[in-house]
Amino acid sequence: MALASTVIRFDEVTLGYGRRPAVHHLDGEIPAGSLMAVVGPNGAGKSTLLKGIVGTLKPLDGQIRLKGPASGIAYLPQAAEIDRSFPLSVYDLVAMGLWSRSGLFGGIARRDHTRIEEALAAVGLIGFERRPISTLSGGQMQRALFARLLLQDAPVILLDEPFTAIDAKTTADLLDLVRRWHDEARTVVAVLHDLDMVRRTFPQTLLIAREPVAWGETGEVLSPENLLKARRMVEAYDPHADVCHRSAA
Amino acid sequence: MLDLFYAPFAEFEFMQRALVGVIAIALGGGPVGVFLMLRRMSLTGDAMAHAILPGAAVGYLLAGLSLPAMTIGGLFAGVIVAVAAGLVSRFTALKEDASLAAFYLLSLALGVTIVSLRGSNVDLLHVLFGTVLALDDSTLLLLACISTATVLALAVLYRPLVLECVDPIFLRSVSRAGTPTHLIFLGLVVMNLVGGFHALGTLLAVGMMMLPAAASRFWTSDITMMMIVSIAVGIVSGLSGLLLSFHAELPAGPAIILSAGAIYVMSLVLGREGGLLWLAWPGRHLEA
Repeated sequence: MALASTVIRFDEVTLGYGRRPAVHHLDGEIPAGSLMAVVGPNGAGKSTLLKGIVGTLKPLDGQIRLKGPASGIAYLPQAAEIDRSFPLSVYDLVAMGLWSRSGLFGGIARRDHTRIEEALAAVGLIGFERRPISTLSGGQMQRALFARLLLQDAPVILLDEPFTAIDAKTTADLLDLVRRWHDEARTVVAVLHDLDMVRRTFPQTLLIAREPVAWGETGEVLSPENLLKARRMVEAYDPHADVCHRSAA
Repeated sequence: MLDLFYAPFAEFEFMQRALVGVIAIALGGGPVGVFLMLRRMSLTGDAMAHAILPGAAVGYLLAGLSLPAMTIGGLFAGVIVAVAAGLVSRFTALKEDASLAAFYLLSLALGVTIVSLRGSNVDLLHVLFGTVLALDDSTLLLLACISTATVLALAVLYRPLVLECVDPIFLRSVSRAGTPTHLIFLGLVVMNLVGGFHALGTLLAVGMMMLPAAASRFWTSDITMMMIVSIAVGIVSGLSGLLLSFHAELPAGPAIILSAGAIYVMSLVLGREGGLLWLAWPGRHLEA
């Protein structure tokens, strides 16, 4: 299939740990410029899906095809994955977003310093430059990580529960950035739990519960029937599960 | 008074050599220790120090107290244990501390067995505690090469090393440098331990890495400054340890490590970054 207007395509993808599937037989595509939410109960495979897209988890079956290199993806994992005790300043954390241009050795030019300052200004962290990341609140840390995403300047942005435990003001500010990315025709995929926010902001939604329940226009996907179906997901593994014979593409 | 500090080094060549040796060890070991500490791998250094023993012992068994044989043997054993433990932790359910403990215990037992096959207790003491006061030209050259290579390698690996500590998932999403960086870093740890082992022995070599690094954490929260402070603490420990050993007729290796330990305890109490005194009397709170 042509990838002209598709940035991410799933061909009967199964992702999981060991031989146990966490996302089972996902088939479909994410068109360029989409603003898409991924919703579902805890343990539904939402984060696993993002790890599959970004390439840190290889599919057990099927294929994930990307238009362009994997380095064109900016990925914000869940907050708990970062060592906040490490002695690093906010400025240096944000400057990591320049990796794709500076790499191992590249210096940070005057223009880059300006861009770092602009990114910090865009997330409201001016004055925090020299603060160690260990002194930031949860919301300030998330603002810093969004500033890093801004610097990455990637065409595809993946966000894993970006607004969990974040106050209303910070959420609103960061959501403005998400809308800005969408206006700039970037593709944004966000794992979210707040269905009202999804309905208000995200035109497309994928509802999963270890396998896709519904995918398409948010209004249709988040119907009471679909949500009920997702809620009935069986979280526990079947210890006697047979080998899956559903055909992979 | 000044003579107490100056005379031993002016008069005795073996003291000059020992001083050059410990300065070289401090230059390489200081920064490596800082990264071990920041990566929460402080005990990994200790485990690796034990792991190099059987390699050095095989070298000793084959060629006696020969610098190249024991160095190559030590490097070989250290790298095997580091890579095996690293791979086991990355690809199985076992975490790195557990897999490293398994490999180094095996290695240590093997090493002591091999040394006792041929040597006397004096030889075992030599391997375990080093001979900082008997460093010859080729050992000094080896120590200098190791510290130079270490500083250069750390300059190259600085970014991915820091990134792998803070946010390994981010590094994996933007680069494939994570695994090679980790393995090269473990290689640097082994190299510095093998160097330190000639001077201080396998048991104390890690002391010149971890004690200066741990002390530096109490003085600054900037990584570059931490490395500089760590090197400085290493050099001062080496100098004072050698003087202590000279004047009080103590064994030199332990005296150096005890000096580093004293600086660590002093930093723990007085250090501006979370030292005990500052925690006990933080002063009045600020306006904002």
